[in-house]
Amino acid sequence: MTTTASQSLAIAAKGLRKSYGEKAVLDGIDLMVPSGTIFSLLGPNGAGKTTIVKILSTLITCQADELYVGGHDLATDPQGVRASIGVTGQFSAVDGLITGEENMLLMADLHHLPRSEGRRTVAELLEQFHLTDAAKKPASTYSGGMKRRLDIAMTLVGSPRIIFLDEPTTGLDPRSRHNTWQIIRELVSGGVTVFLTTQYLEEADQLADRIAVLSDGKIAAEGTAEELKRLIPGGHVRLRFADPVAYRSAVSALNEATTDDEALARQASSDGTRRELRSILDWLDSSGFALREVSRDDEALTLRIPSNGGQRELRSILDWLDAASIEADELTVHTPDLDDVFFALTGGLNQPKKEAVR
Amino acid sequence: MSSLSLAMRDSTTMVRRNLLHARRYPALTLNVVLTPLIMLLLFVYVFGDVMSAGIGGGGADRSEYIAYIAPGILMMTIGTTLVGTSVSVADDMTEGIMARFRTMAIHRGSVLIGHVAGSVLRSVISVTLVGAVAVAIGFRSVDATVLEWLAAFLLLALVALAFTWMAIAVGMASPNGEAAGNNAVPLVILPFISSAFVPVDAMPGWFQPVAEYQPFTPAIETLRGLLLGSEIGHNGWLTVVWCVGLAVLGYYWSKSLFNRETR
Repeated sequence: MTTTASQSLAIAAKGLRKSYGEKAVLDGIDLMVPSGTIFSLLGPNGAGKTTIVKILSTLITCQADELYVGGHDLATDPQGVRASIGVTGQFSAVDGLITGEENMLLMADLHHLPRSEGRRTVAELLEQFHLTDAAKKPASTYSGGMKRRLDIAMTLVGSPRIIFLDEPTTGLDPRSRHNTWQIIRELVSGGVTVFLTTQYLEEADQLADRIAVLSDGKIAAEGTAEELKRLIPGGHVRLRFADPVAYRSAVSALNEATTDDEALARQASSDGTRRELRSILDWLDSSGFALREVSRDDEALTLRIPSNGGQRELRSILDWLDAASIEADELTVHTPDLDDVFFALTGGLNQPKKEAVR
Repeated sequence: MSSLSLAMRDSTTMVRRNLLHARRYPALTLNVVLTPLIMLLLFVYVFGDVMSAGIGGGGADRSEYIAYIAPGILMMTIGTTLVGTSVSVADDMTEGIMARFRTMAIHRGSVLIGHVAGSVLRSVISVTLVGAVAVAIGFRSVDATVLEWLAAFLLLALVALAFTWMAIAVGMASPNGEAAGNNAVPLVILPFISSAFVPVDAMPGWFQPVAEYQPFTPAIETLRGLLLGSEIGHNGWLTVVWCVGLAVLGYYWSKSLFNRETR
């Protein structure tokens, strides 16, 4: 990465490190965010997402081989960086003692907007964020969602070219969340770069052009949502049973089907059945889906059969289910989503408890 | 825009923000003048006879004690006002908006300058309010010229400015408003152990050096000299030295606390 290239990117970081005493919080992070795109940083709580936002927004210092925001070197020209960014942090950055409108006008004054232009911008943003009715009330009386909206509106007053949003929709109701997403999309269509951290995987999936998964102070994976989903084989067919008896018989049928030839021979079932089962197993092996990797959840009465969700594989599974006389109450096809990626890459502390059949 | 006019503009915005706070919550300003007002009335009307007998060698009456106590009460008013400053600075630093200011391309010192200017202005207003009450109950200057009144006013403003920087540093060093309220208590206690209520001569000998050279006594004696024509002596330059020292110390302390990296 040459310096010129770094300066044309909205954000360019190379070898970013931060430690508090002995503990390394960030351990060699590389980031490249092209202008006019949405970049999302995903990671479990404590992974260092907020620390990265604080570093990139000049709040705290760090060590880095190279660190440019908006074409300005963070180490030598923090004021230049500040002039091109807007930040909405995780905790509401509003002045609770004054009204929403006064907060907005304060921002207009600090961005040195001429009075009339400032008033117009403020009125427009208050309208856009549905705050016009509450504009004359002290910000301390706002609900969590209103404070959040005011916070983002204040960030937009100076028309920054690069916007940092640290968990912008945390604590918002679904409607406000969708409103915020809409606003973020509009910003980007106007050429603004958005750096977004979130704990909602759906949000990253919906918005981000590129996603980086942060784990233990390192970038565990980076790419588009599609690229990340391809990284891990998270697809499966999920069978849910309402009746525990039906579930148990399905599990035992599965056990029979997956035991070896010797066990098959010992079975008291008729030749026909055994041969049938044998041939089905062979067929299944050839069609590439592995019953041996089925996992089960005894509490939820569900079985998960690994599958890519293709038509051929689904038919194989259905045929096997028929042959084994298993009738599930619900069959769903689950394609890999960012949850799977997230859990696979970040150690999966919150993964549902699974147990292999054998 | 040049950096100086940028600094001016941002500082003006921040001063306006502080004055807006004060206007929205007048109780903050009124509360701080309550203590010196109560002290004034208490010492004049309740303890007045005993106190005046103590200072004037028996011959003094109540109006002489009003004259004696008023300058001290005015200095004390600055102290109590600045406790309010410490509290509001500490509260402001815990507000989320502080992080926003730090990520904006504004003059770095404007946040502090806003607090300083707001605080000095509130001090002047408080002193004027308390001074008006003192005049109403009988305080009169003795042969003070317009120039001396002006000098008295500047002296009060200088003391307010110097102590404001200390009050701001104390506020910034405190984790929250309650702690700042406690940490700033010396600003209220110091006037009591100065020559505000009784002359230093009337205090125990071992304590006299403490009372005589702490910052409030020279300031009060200088104010008395200007308004009542008493001897100023070395108190004039002692006051200036104290004020410059406290202002410089408070300025650098505040600045280093403000630039301290937050996690």
